[in-house]
Amino acid sequence: MCAVCGCGQGEKQVENLHHLQPHDHPHKPEELHANSANAHHNGDEHDHTRTVAEGRAPVDADHRHDHQHWHEHTHTHADCTTHAHPHSHAHGHVHDHGPDAVSAGAVAARLVTVEQDILARNDAIAMENRRAFQAARTLALNLVSSPGSGKTTLLVETLKRIGTSYPVAVIEGDQETTSDADRIRATGVSAIQVNTGKGCHLDAELIRAAMTRLGIASSGILFIENVGNLVCPASFDLGEAQKVVIVSVTEGEDKPLKYSGMFAASALMVVTKCDLLPHLDFDLDRLVDNARRVNPSIGVLKLSAKSGDGMDRWMHWLDTARALRLAVD
Amino acid sequence: MIQLRLSPGLPAMHEVSLAMALMDLVCAQATAAGASRVTRLVLEIGVLSHVDAHALRFAFDSAASGSPADGAVLEIRQIVGTTYCLDCEASVTIITRDAPCPRCGGVKLLAQGGDEMRLKEMEVV
Repeated sequence: MCAVCGCGQGEKQVENLHHLQPHDHPHKPEELHANSANAHHNGDEHDHTRTVAEGRAPVDADHRHDHQHWHEHTHTHADCTTHAHPHSHAHGHVHDHGPDAVSAGAVAARLVTVEQDILARNDAIAMENRRAFQAARTLALNLVSSPGSGKTTLLVETLKRIGTSYPVAVIEGDQETTSDADRIRATGVSAIQVNTGKGCHLDAELIRAAMTRLGIASSGILFIENVGNLVCPASFDLGEAQKVVIVSVTEGEDKPLKYSGMFAASALMVVTKCDLLPHLDFDLDRLVDNARRVNPSIGVLKLSAKSGDGMDRWMHWLDTARALRLAVD
Repeated sequence: MIQLRLSPGLPAMHEVSLAMALMDLVCAQATAAGASRVTRLVLEIGVLSHVDAHALRFAFDSAASGSPADGAVLEIRQIVGTTYCLDCEASVTIITRDAPCPRCGGVKLLAQGGDEMRLKEMEVV
């Protein structure tokens, strides 16, 4: 498995990038395994010294050592994407020590202090993305929700209203298909589909790859429509300015409590499909109370992308957030 | 606590992603330390982090297979959740995000800690 792009693991794909097609990573051993002279043992020595008791004949050395070696190499594709590939090699040597033999191969375990976040690598790339957005004065919004909340419909209606007033770009995350990006592109806005394959969220690396293809919507808004999932995307920083969590009134009022991490991480909760409220037993106040219970400072907007009710306030929120982004370095 | 999962594949995917990120970190650290094998990992996982320890262990075993951490003992230390209660203006300890303030019963709590997912240390040879 490719540890960085995940190909061979979950078939992650950024539209039009090389991952659209299945591929392998051929390499010449002499180029890539730079320390091949030592590759098997990586420079660590293990001799098979035996202590031979006086007066006894040396015993044939026949003992077993198992080693695993691990190294990484990187290579760059024609499209300038670079991958790191870890490799492991297992080796077994069989020897048989005599009764008095001592193996010098036994090494004492030692403790290494790490103190690093598990997602440190993602967070570091997310910070690079964030700096790129700041430099371009792009407002990057990470739209998160359950599947079927109406994210794409809201986005399509939003893009129609923005029109050509400022630059807009959309990154669409889904496990499969390009249908959402197709819907966005039908509005005339540049969009790129990122398929995460088996992955349940977008990560900072995928956003960086998509940006190289899509551009950054300088002084405008980059909408990132995350995979429909209220769990994992909460943990993966993409470098966005804010997360916006979208909940439809056809879902449960207790979603903020069930998926508190996402609501705690979001600056704004947009309640969609409000035109359906007369037909439902949905307690909107309870939803808002629950959201504020896990995040007292979360903003709330109620709207219907279909009827257009509440869209003005959402557009106003976007304009204000963009103005704030433009106002500061 | 016994948890029943109707869809066992889906909730565990989160932990698979984390286990793979963990393996990247472990391999980089092992290489930097000149180690050939990792025998034990100590993680600090906050109770508010949405990480299921059982699922993470399962995912780790798969992710570590064939790596220097294959067979390593995974020690998971739980970190309590701490929040600041806006009502009684104190830092308090909670177990779930929707739990009320244990002092005053208030529900306006600002999370301060407990969502950690950290590799603290590892034992290598």
